[in-house]
Amino acid sequence: MSITAYLEVAEGDTLGALQNFLGRLLSEDIVDALLVPQKLPTGNNVVPTLIRDPARLAGVDPIAPVMPVAAATALSKVTATEHGERLAAVLRSCELRAVVELVKLQQASLDKVILIGVDCLGTYEVTDYARLIEAGVDPTAEVLAAVAAGQLKNLLAADLESAAKGYQLRAACRMCEKPVPGGPDVYRPDVIIGFFGVDPGRQILIEASDALAEKLGLEAAEPPARRPELIERLIAGRTAERDRMFAAFRERVTDMDGLLAEFSTCIRCYNCMGACPICYCKECIFRTPTFDHASPQYFRWAERKGSIRLPTDTLLFHLTRLNHMSTSCVGCGLCESACPSELPVALIFRAVGQETQAIFDYHPGRSLEEEVPVATFREDELTELGEREG
Amino acid sequence: MDDFEPRIIGFFCNWCTYAGADLAGTSRIQYPPNIRIIRLMCSGALDPVYVLKALLEGADGVLIGGCHPGDCHYQSGNYKARRRVAILQSILKQMGFEPERVWLRWISASEGRYFADTVTEMVAKLKELGPNPLKGVGAI
Repeated sequence: MSITAYLEVAEGDTLGALQNFLGRLLSEDIVDALLVPQKLPTGNNVVPTLIRDPARLAGVDPIAPVMPVAAATALSKVTATEHGERLAAVLRSCELRAVVELVKLQQASLDKVILIGVDCLGTYEVTDYARLIEAGVDPTAEVLAAVAAGQLKNLLAADLESAAKGYQLRAACRMCEKPVPGGPDVYRPDVIIGFFGVDPGRQILIEASDALAEKLGLEAAEPPARRPELIERLIAGRTAERDRMFAAFRERVTDMDGLLAEFSTCIRCYNCMGACPICYCKECIFRTPTFDHASPQYFRWAERKGSIRLPTDTLLFHLTRLNHMSTSCVGCGLCESACPSELPVALIFRAVGQETQAIFDYHPGRSLEEEVPVATFREDELTELGEREG
Repeated sequence: MDDFEPRIIGFFCNWCTYAGADLAGTSRIQYPPNIRIIRLMCSGALDPVYVLKALLEGADGVLIGGCHPGDCHYQSGNYKARRRVAILQSILKQMGFEPERVWLRWISASEGRYFADTVTEMVAKLKELGPNPLKGVGAI
């Protein structure tokens, strides 16, 4: 069983209260290390950081609206092989869902890991985040102020100071209908750090197991009354935006010409694949010589077709990736953020994933028990496939 | 388009469909010569990348052949192939490409006649569908 509790925030220092809470996990010997977003000592970025020393918590910021790299990939790196350490990992909803997928794909382990999910309000592109700070905006404070005011519509429409300066949340975040750990179709982590429904300038919501709450001396309290309604409104707004974007994509891609146009500016850097927390092949086939050919072959193809785009197999790359991982796509949008050509790859993968996931009624990142579609089967499904028609 | 002869790439499992095709040949059963067969150990060993490669290079159809459900030489490869084909067809459809160009059929080693009928049927369907719109498209 889990309980609801509140962390008191002194003098409006929400980050200080969070740092103190996370630090106690280390100082009270509940874990040996923390994996948590922390501001870099120089420059303007907040990145996944592995912390062992409780004195090194300054700059820890799980609220900062930026997600430069996949924390799930980081968690995979530090847990994939035997380590014997007790770890607490602080993750956004999409990061949490990616971790669940990686665990099921046997590329991360939750052995001795406490998962801590944080309410997420969305993130900016990493370059926008840095520019906002240079322009004098404190993005973390801005997010907290918006939550405190209960102005969820502002978070959707980004009617914030940063929006006034021409910045908006990443497309993946604007259409994210799963922003809450333990919310609808999202895995319930061991601990939830919540901001929706409370005034984070005064207190922070914590949901934790009885055992952990006792160790930390948390006292059970009533859940915040406004939380369900606020979450529902946020999800409704995001879902509407998602459906609008999906519809626009489906209108663009109705035939081969539309599809080819969609990928026409791809420069084949493979950044989307490298940034993806899900892409599970240890060695991507497109990084092998499988599609390198003897020189005369290219001339033969060019002769047969009249001309060929080089490098070859651009569409093949994207379609293959869709086949391999769209059923597990958690919609984090790091593919799109990593794309130098600003291709709407997150939108494409989410829209296509919606259909491929629906075949198996699968919700990536919801449960550790539901097997990933590409790794399992049922004898009594899809029975018309493979049989003669009529 | 009367003289359109579809080109089909076949990916057949070693134990059932390939043997079924072999039986059709040794039994001298006639079927259209439109198929080029690639033998795999199991339909479950077929990565969708190769089906896509065939289609993007202009193959008019792809026929994936495996053992009947329950008969897989490796217990469950054909069930896994079935899931991959379902995903592939969904993606092709969403991308504006005819999923009807990808066929999955369970053909056993004793079904030489069924193999020949399947190829005959597929050639007829592909003639109705017309050539692969990507045939001759180099900008892919």
